[in-house]
Amino acid sequence: MRIPCPHCGERDVSEFRYGGDATKTRPKHGEGDLKAWHDYYFLFDNPKGPHTEYWQHVLGCRHWFKLTRNTATNEIGEVG
Amino acid sequence: MFKPYSALALARHAFSPDRPWPRAWRAPEPKSSYDAIIIGGGGHGLATAYYLAKNHGMRNVAVLERAYIGSGNVGRNTTLIRSNYVIDGNTQFFEHSLKLWESLSHELNFNCMVSHRGQIVLATSPVQLDTYARRGNIMRLNGIDAELLDRGQVMALLPYLDYSKEARWPIWGGILQGRAGSVRHDAVAWGYARAADTLGVDIIENCEVEGFIMDEGRAVGVETSRGRILAGKIGIAVAGHSSHVAKMAGLRLPIESHILQAFVTEPVKPMVHHVVSWGAELFYLSQSDKGGMVFGGHIDGFNTYTQRGQFPRIQTVAECAVSLLPFMSKLRLLRHWGGIMDMTPDGSPFICRTDIRNLYFNGGWCYQGFKATPASGWTFAHTIAHDEEHELNRCYALDRFAKGRELDDYGIGNWTYKQ
Repeated sequence: MRIPCPHCGERDVSEFRYGGDATKTRPKHGEGDLKAWHDYYFLFDNPKGPHTEYWQHVLGCRHWFKLTRNTATNEIGEVG
Repeated sequence: MFKPYSALALARHAFSPDRPWPRAWRAPEPKSSYDAIIIGGGGHGLATAYYLAKNHGMRNVAVLERAYIGSGNVGRNTTLIRSNYVIDGNTQFFEHSLKLWESLSHELNFNCMVSHRGQIVLATSPVQLDTYARRGNIMRLNGIDAELLDRGQVMALLPYLDYSKEARWPIWGGILQGRAGSVRHDAVAWGYARAADTLGVDIIENCEVEGFIMDEGRAVGVETSRGRILAGKIGIAVAGHSSHVAKMAGLRLPIESHILQAFVTEPVKPMVHHVVSWGAELFYLSQSDKGGMVFGGHIDGFNTYTQRGQFPRIQTVAECAVSLLPFMSKLRLLRHWGGIMDMTPDGSPFICRTDIRNLYFNGGWCYQGFKATPASGWTFAHTIAHDEEHELNRCYALDRFAKGRELDDYGIGNWTYKQ
């Protein structure tokens, strides 16, 4: 799989670190009950299909960015 | 229609080729309702149906399989069995599984080729050997066989490792579980399918579940590609696709689907007589009966449902293989493949009731689904039949994270594979 870094262009997946689901919203510190934190930290939609997620170009520009990838095919759609 | 397999039956069929072997299990049309249906005709689903019929007298049961029996992870794993766990809960559960493996071929009247060749986990530092001493003590206190090996003992058993001064991973010793080993994985699927069918279970292939039928918050049936089927109780056993199926029932799970790759080399003469593994990269290797070296390592590291692995992981696993076992550099890779794992926060599975009445969940098997197959089916059947977890799977509840009861066998916190 090759990933299009918004800064460096298309590079091999080995240069990147996966950062997980980018659609989750972290409860504000000091707010949210235990269930809100539990659901944020432990539960996942884990869809078979389009998934918006974080990646970091850890062996390149170290930029964090979002992209949409189809988890059924690894096809990458929208970046940034 | 059930005819036990035996040496006599083999001879009879050899001398009368005009009478072919009967089908190992029927191909029934789905009935309109069952007392229980199990979604997923993999090892765990079939074992669950078998033990529902055998241990709990529930014979009006169907197993719904999207494709054909043996097409999922039960036919895509690397066939190892062991019970060298550390945390209470896992230790007893996996030992129960290993005990069921020991008599499985007789139980199912099907040769599962259970081979107790022993597993040696290598220590490449003195600290690692200390942790293995602790692990061995825990195992022995639970009545499980474990033997700590020093460098000399490992050299005698595994002469082909790199023991040179330049070795990248110096061998300090290891821990041996003699009863660990390997099983013919396809035979497990076929054996459970045939035995369950014999007890009256309907195994329905090419039947994909497309939705759940709910009535006042209870699950009462499923919509499938072969029509509507009602059921008193419904069990989900589709590890790899758990989130996908559970979502149809409105459940959100502490699971991400990841790909785990496995590799087989060209066949060579018998040489590796144990399962050899090394914890640091989750590397493991055994030699199949056909002679190929079967090995693997870590997951690729991002969630996916594709069964295609990425090259960086192939390189890392190959580096592990060659640096520990130098002969591996001479062998060519025959094939490699990927399977989809349910990865959970603590690396342990779920076998439990859910928030929806009459709906039960079995999944989250991470790297360890195959070895768990018999105990998974055994305890899941108990949970479904009695609407209550058995002592052996009480720890595998979905709410254990909310209650602070993680089963973190690696001892390094949640989501270790993301760190």
